[in-house]
Amino acid sequence: MPEHSFDISLSVNGEAVAERVDARTTLVDFLREALGLTGSHVGCEHGVCGACTVRMNGEIVRGCLTLAVQCDGATVETIEGLSDSGEVADLQRAFEQRNALQCGFCTPGMVATAQDLLARGGVPSRAEIREHISGNYCRCTGYHAIVDAVEAVAKQRAGAAE
Amino acid sequence: MKPAPFAYHKARSLDDALAHLAAHKDARLLAGGQSLIATLNMRLSAPTLLVDINGIAGLDRIEVKGDAIEIGALVRHAQAERSDVIAKHVPLIARAMPHIAHPAIRNRGTLGGSIAFADPAAELPACLLALGGEIVASGPNGTRAIKADDFFKGLFETALSPDEIVTALRVPMARPDSRIGFAELARRHGDYAIVGLAATARTTGEKLADVRLAYFGVGDTPVRARKAETALAEGNINDAVGALDLSPHDDVQATAATKKHLAGVLLRRVAKQLMEAVHA
Repeated sequence: MPEHSFDISLSVNGEAVAERVDARTTLVDFLREALGLTGSHVGCEHGVCGACTVRMNGEIVRGCLTLAVQCDGATVETIEGLSDSGEVADLQRAFEQRNALQCGFCTPGMVATAQDLLARGGVPSRAEIREHISGNYCRCTGYHAIVDAVEAVAKQRAGAAE
Repeated sequence: MKPAPFAYHKARSLDDALAHLAAHKDARLLAGGQSLIATLNMRLSAPTLLVDINGIAGLDRIEVKGDAIEIGALVRHAQAERSDVIAKHVPLIARAMPHIAHPAIRNRGTLGGSIAFADPAAELPACLLALGGEIVASGPNGTRAIKADDFFKGLFETALSPDEIVTALRVPMARPDSRIGFAELARRHGDYAIVGLAATARTTGEKLADVRLAYFGVGDTPVRARKAETALAEGNINDAVGALDLSPHDDVQATAATKKHLAGVLLRRVAKQLMEAVHA
């Protein structure tokens, strides 16, 4: 008979983690409650708001629509990891300078999603930026400043690459 | 909300998954999970067992097979979006892909899952219907192919039996005379459309033939507008719009009257896409 809880081991922000999880535990709840990584936020819990966005095996996913048990053997990176490694330092600076966060609830997901776009290289158009963050709600409705910040960093990085 | 407790089994093979489905009447298959886990979180469904098919080898390929393209059930939307084979040979799916949800969801969601879930407002079931594709399913009695025209039976209801698993989608390869059209209206890019239309046709050099118009978001299943197909093949867009005999319901996004109006708007847009390419 299939079981209800499982031992999983995975890499989270570069550290090896081994825990026992219920099959029904979502990745974002596992990160927040078992590992204390509360930077990934729980908003709608049905895939609409994007506040729980994390990186799994290099690709952004919804933390609320992925089960922790499915992450056995996976590499997961959260906003804490992206932040500590300095990978998104310029995005964080630009968000602050351009007031691209108000309450801040959506910010970890926004930054992770923006980095997913910018990591592809080049300078995306404002329409492309809007499309890429279309799955991330900002209920303070500060989208314009967020697009400004992402665009500014794209240009900075392209300039630095030349 | 959080899901009700369930057991979990990571299937090692297709046979292993089929055996678990047969043994547990209340089991659900977990593919990309982008609809299923949302319904679990909302407690709209509470299966006793999830059979995770993500680890089954060989279901994530996009292959040319004769004059058809076979898309494995576990091909992710993002994988299809990046695929040169899809771009070249199934341009309708390539065109629809950016409209399907958002990047983080396209990284997980699978094409087979979207078809098996059969959301009437989703893009892929309508694309498969417009393409005249087939669904390949395996069950205890072997493998069978089901035509898209016969597959979508009702709201989230398909021709699959509970002990069958979709293993692949099969669509005809685009030919030089193939034409496609796609348009949808959604409040937020990537959200489920208020109304959408996927279309295919063949050009004879002078006009269109074999027109297939598959609407989504206007009923319990993706719906073909057969009278409008005939009218469009005769070359008259106004007649085609007039021949639309859809009967959408009111929903949270729009009234039935609005949807009917928008269906006409989309038909004009898609007809233009098809017609502009008639002589190309």
